[in-house]
Amino acid sequence: MQSSKRRSQFPVHVLVFLAPAVLLYTLFMVIPLINSLRLSFFEIGNQHQLNFAGLQNYIKLFTDSNFAPFFWRALRNNFVFFAVHMLVQNPIGLLLAALLAEGGQMRNFFRTIIFMPTVLSVVIIGFVWQLILNPLWGVAESMLKAIGLGAWFGPWLGKPETALVTVALISVWQFVGIPMILFYAALIGIPDELTEAARVDGASSWETFWRIKFPLILPTIGIVGILTFVGNFNAFDLIYTMKGANAGPDFSTDIMGTFFYRTFFGQQLQLGNPTMGATVAAMMFLIILTGVLLYMFLWARRIQTYEL
Amino acid sequence: MKSSSLYRLQQIFGKSVPIVILSVYSLIALFPIAMILINSFKAKKAIFGAPFEFPTSETFSLIGYQTVTDRANFQNYFLNSAIVTFVALILTLFIGAMAAFALAEYDFPGNALTALYLSIGIMIPIRLGTVGILRLMVSLKLVNTLTGLILIYVAQALPLTIFILSQFMRQVPKDLKDAARIDGASEYRIFGMVLPLVRPALGAIGIFTMIPIWNDLWFPLIISPSSKTATVTLGVQQFLGQFVSDWNAVLSSLTLAMIPILILYILFSQQMIRSITAGAIK
Repeated sequence: MQSSKRRSQFPVHVLVFLAPAVLLYTLFMVIPLINSLRLSFFEIGNQHQLNFAGLQNYIKLFTDSNFAPFFWRALRNNFVFFAVHMLVQNPIGLLLAALLAEGGQMRNFFRTIIFMPTVLSVVIIGFVWQLILNPLWGVAESMLKAIGLGAWFGPWLGKPETALVTVALISVWQFVGIPMILFYAALIGIPDELTEAARVDGASSWETFWRIKFPLILPTIGIVGILTFVGNFNAFDLIYTMKGANAGPDFSTDIMGTFFYRTFFGQQLQLGNPTMGATVAAMMFLIILTGVLLYMFLWARRIQTYEL
Repeated sequence: MKSSSLYRLQQIFGKSVPIVILSVYSLIALFPIAMILINSFKAKKAIFGAPFEFPTSETFSLIGYQTVTDRANFQNYFLNSAIVTFVALILTLFIGAMAAFALAEYDFPGNALTALYLSIGIMIPIRLGTVGILRLMVSLKLVNTLTGLILIYVAQALPLTIFILSQFMRQVPKDLKDAARIDGASEYRIFGMVLPLVRPALGAIGIFTMIPIWNDLWFPLIISPSSKTATVTLGVQQFLGQFVSDWNAVLSSLTLAMIPILILYILFSQQMIRSITAGAIK
């Protein structure tokens, strides 16, 4: 009997199996994506016809006073948004995962509770936190007072200096379950023999974690990092829900996703512009692609030498 | 003596600190959700006067739920979300499994290239093609239809589904398939035979496909914003925009939107988390 992998011209059944997926994916994802990139090199004329514009849209995005200040601010804010996730969400996720991986009877319970916000819609989470932080309701304020930090409280969402970090922290609160569960999976996948040996030699669990477990989960840290990056530079729902398309106060929470939406669909004073919208999307594409390629070639390639 | 009691102290400390940290964090995760649920069953006065208390016979009120059922089209939103999520899920799983089977089973020319082509979509978010998608939907007359949404969600979910399923399908023993081939089974029959064998993987992928579809705001907002085709997520978002100052209505609509997902989550959370952890161990 021949092996089940057969070499032949191109069997009909293979075509039948592949065609629906390849067609749907191509028609509704790949072609629109390429079309969006293509549109970024065009302008819409008076008769709604497309005129080739070369790099005009990009020059406009980087220099025109209607676009450039917004673009650079959204980009900078997006990096701040990403930094908050990397510095707060992922370390907390790792800490919780490490504690869960130690075992214990309550483990399933904690895991279920901590992951819960992640499955809820960003729209719900946005409103929930808007209510909790609302000075009118005063829930957050009385909570802080109860632990002696009442003086800290302020209208964080309403002030341009604090709004972006506040929104980012709400996003962290919602999505901390994802790094937690990925780190947890990696940690419990480490064979016991590896950590037993260290423990027998008298290493503390702190040492065992940093010397043995941490290096072994580096691939997962890379995956979490790139997932965070792609998710953050594609984020929209939370800020749109909490702060609207104008990402207030005073555009202080504007990130690439909201800037893209506004450019594409317009806002009160400005008409929507599909080709400029496509240009913003193309920039987001470039940023995300750069991140993914850096991850693949600099991180994944070096790290994946550890095979358990 | 002294050192042994120190050791015991250290042990107790080492055991309780993780529990304390996890408990505190669980409270942080649960508290905002609980606040909404609890206060949605209270009269307005109690929402503001005693937000941390459970509703009592005096403060209990369903006025918010009444406003929501009177004013919002919640049944309609739920139905739309259920249709979109369910149909997209079934299509994704079936079409994805077919493609995954082809990639895992046959060594046809272009196999690796097809797999690479399909996997680009894992990392590149479909939202970046929104301008093109909207144009396509306009030309296909699929704006403000649930069909349009379903097609987008299937395209979005296929890459990861195919990637994961083809790995599972490679693990199905070859003897089984070869025996069927000797018996004269067609390749389609063999696919039908393999499908139930990867059921656990289908279940896990199903849950992870469902949640982002149910929760998505972007495409309903852009492709099908009409009140007839609005999903729960969009419907809640719009309803809340109009009723910002009616706290009873806001709290009740949030609760209504949360309940189905929370019930599903509590029912399936163990399988869901196990599927991630099992996938990672390999």
